[in-house]
Amino acid sequence: MDVDCEVSAAAAAAVTNGLGGGEQAAAAPVSADQLDVEAYAAQYSGRTRVARLLFIAERCGVEAIQLEALRMAHDEARAREDTVLYLDAVLKINSRLGPRYRHDQAWVDSVNRRAEQRKEKLETELNGYRTNLIKESIRMGYNDIGDFFYAHGHLSEAFKSYIRTRDYCTTSKHIVQMCMHVILVSIELGQFAHVTNYVSKAEQTPDTLDAVIVAKLRAAAGLANLETKKYKLAARKFLETGPELGSNYSEVIAPQDVAVYGALCALASFDRSELKSKVIDNINFRNFLELVPEVRELVNDFYASRYGSCLEHLEKLKPNLLLDIHLREHLGTLYNDIRHKAIIQYTLPFISVDLNTMASAFKSSVSMLEKELAALITENKIQARIDSHNKILYARHADQRNATFQRALQTGNEFERDIKAMLLRANLIKHDFNQKNWPGQRKMNL
Amino acid sequence: TPLGRSRAHKSTIRRSSRPVSSPPTRRKAASRTAPDQTPESEPSSKGKAPSAAAAAAMESVEALVAHIQGLSGSADELAQLHGLLKQADGDALRAHSAGLLPFLSHLHPGAHSLGYLYLLDSFVSSSANLRAHAGGDLLVTVADFLTSCSADQIRMAPDKFLNVCRVLKNEVMQLNAPIRGIAPLRAAVRKIQTSSEQLTPLHAEYLMLCLLAKQYKAGLSVLEDDIFEVDQPKDLFLYCYYGAMIYIGLKKFRKALELLHNAVTAPMSSLNAITVEAYKKYVLVSLIQSGQVPSFPKYTSSTAQRNLKNHTQIYVDLSTCYGTGSYSDLETFIQSNAEAFQTDNNFGLVKQVLSSMYKRNIQRLTQTYLTLSLEDIASSVQLNTPKEAEMHVLRMIEDGEIHATINQKDGMVSFNEDPEQYKSSEMVEHIDSSIQRLMALSKKLTSIDQNISCDHAFLMKVQSGRERARFDYDDFDSVPHKYF
Repeated sequence: MDVDCEVSAAAAAAVTNGLGGGEQAAAAPVSADQLDVEAYAAQYSGRTRVARLLFIAERCGVEAIQLEALRMAHDEARAREDTVLYLDAVLKINSRLGPRYRHDQAWVDSVNRRAEQRKEKLETELNGYRTNLIKESIRMGYNDIGDFFYAHGHLSEAFKSYIRTRDYCTTSKHIVQMCMHVILVSIELGQFAHVTNYVSKAEQTPDTLDAVIVAKLRAAAGLANLETKKYKLAARKFLETGPELGSNYSEVIAPQDVAVYGALCALASFDRSELKSKVIDNINFRNFLELVPEVRELVNDFYASRYGSCLEHLEKLKPNLLLDIHLREHLGTLYNDIRHKAIIQYTLPFISVDLNTMASAFKSSVSMLEKELAALITENKIQARIDSHNKILYARHADQRNATFQRALQTGNEFERDIKAMLLRANLIKHDFNQKNWPGQRKMNL
Repeated sequence: TPLGRSRAHKSTIRRSSRPVSSPPTRRKAASRTAPDQTPESEPSSKGKAPSAAAAAAMESVEALVAHIQGLSGSADELAQLHGLLKQADGDALRAHSAGLLPFLSHLHPGAHSLGYLYLLDSFVSSSANLRAHAGGDLLVTVADFLTSCSADQIRMAPDKFLNVCRVLKNEVMQLNAPIRGIAPLRAAVRKIQTSSEQLTPLHAEYLMLCLLAKQYKAGLSVLEDDIFEVDQPKDLFLYCYYGAMIYIGLKKFRKALELLHNAVTAPMSSLNAITVEAYKKYVLVSLIQSGQVPSFPKYTSSTAQRNLKNHTQIYVDLSTCYGTGSYSDLETFIQSNAEAFQTDNNFGLVKQVLSSMYKRNIQRLTQTYLTLSLEDIASSVQLNTPKEAEMHVLRMIEDGEIHATINQKDGMVSFNEDPEQYKSSEMVEHIDSSIQRLMALSKKLTSIDQNISCDHAFLMKVQSGRERARFDYDDFDSVPHKYF
């Protein structure tokens, strides 16, 4: 590897050897310094590979990895003849990588020319089909145009073309194919509402679908939910994804991603029973978790209340996960949620908790922990109170009887107040309380 | 004779209200020598008359006085007397009002209230007279009259009564001695009310005097009655506004809030200045009382909902600033807008809002902590020193706003639960009386509902609704709500 960074050879070897399944060698992300860009990129194919490489280049702080990623992105874009991504890569490289990676306008122009020619050819063909009114040919014509646009990076036109095929779909297979295309383009465009839409469309077709396609749809739906911040739904979808997915959907998502996303979302949003039944005991999902043993450890630690080590694992995974194109914006929220859940679960079984012990279990300082607890108590997520003097957390159970009395008296007061106001207003209306009259028309005594 | 004009002169019809014992339209006609009028009995001529005309005038007045004395016995006589007085009332009496004062001494305010009232009214209606007798016995006379008049009699001529009261109020204001007007006006309010639930124009006047004289407790007695009958819009608004100010002065913020709420949510078709001012205070008092300003309930008039906030923009901004919970931000905001608050005379309230922010933050701490050091309290509430924190906590404990104990040795405060166990006999009595009150209120509500259901206009609406709807009768349950 020509990446100038410390690679723990043993770890890399273990990782590449110990994992089965899939033609690609899947590297579990270890840490930013140790991110194996090539291996990471190898998990994906198609446009998303380039997009992800560019993303990594943008966000990663280490220059060497940046350059490596950009180099790969450039090569890939050039090979795919995708001028949009090529220009983007070249811009970011900024001549840092030597003469071969400079902006090659000649190449861009020739590619564009060829693309124009092909486009014209396709369009004439399509027009021909349209005059002939043969549904199947028209559909295929639009499909080809859509593919063409997609390959050259013109995503919105691709989207439109794919949508147009809808009218010419005759069998459910056509419909599913159309939905898959649209989903792919929508994910790249970032329009996740469409993704959800078309996933449900595809799932509603009367024929039974191929297991791989079902898995793909679930994964896509999970992704859409994740991006729209519906973590619980996302977790459910990811957990339902069958192992048939394998690496068949590498133009969108890798199986490791399914595992990571699913596990994190589940940890952040499920309660204990759901966690056990849907994640830990889920045989299907276990296949995915095997691909990322760290995450599997994480989940088990959380369930077994080893919060310290669980949070440690999370911290270790964090730098690499930040480089993931879909997970990055949500990582902060997810981590916070998981941490809060851990704290809440920790305090649940006890009447009193010594804050010092708790702080060492969570590996943070007592004052920070106290602040976090205070915030959680104010949000009513923990029923307890803090004895700041002795640094103890006492569980507090509301006195039902007193609370009932208080509420009853308060309701009585509110009732009285509201009824009196209402009677007054009724009286006002009865006298036709119309202010238009009183400023001048009526002569008052005062 | 100068008094011989017998005109049927219809004065401006002063309708004060409908539910109040409706005063019949007063026709002012001259009295005396019209042949179709009831002949007066023995004119007793006592009194000095500087000129012949005046003498004749005096005579007629004397005659009137004699009538008053004679006819103030039973209800029939009063009715007759009232007719006479109405005829006498007018330019006749008015033109010679200056000379009326001595006659008053012949009459007893309690027994001859109606007559007394007429004479007094025409006397005080002329500003010349007032100026001539300013500050003297006139005030005493009027005050005496108000305290000792008979309620039934004066209710027959409420407009005159109100006029006299207004004059009294103006006089005491001019003399800068509002406190002199309090006792008489309070008596007057009680006398002119037909029921303790009725609002009269006098309420607002009375409360204003109490405010000016800073006699808040005096205002309480009038405020404690719940008002259900209102006739004039302006009365209600002024009443609510002044009443709320009195409650604010007594620091009874909850009751102040009720009154201001009524002022803000009353039906209105156009905004008036009183409501705008009332809303400003409403924002401030709700911040003090509960830390937030509730949104308009849906029965608020659309005029109010749309326009109130435009006129009171800094107050709205103040409440958003308060919501952030930062003392220093609030302080800077208040400083920068101090002038605006001063012009509205709300600066005192605004300062109370500021100090209530500390209270609210400290109260929030009681929910989270069992014990907390004074330094931590100071830092989380943004006070400067633990000493200040201690002072605040101490004051709140004394006011009963939190339950806590301060341990000075350790510099710790322990927050306790509310010790109220709801087991004491006082509490039981309190609950019992609340229940009784609410049951009475409920009964009242049901009876009003029944009345409306029998109301002609309502039935007409239901009828037309029935023709339009044509579906099922369950729809009609929704109709009554339109009236509330």
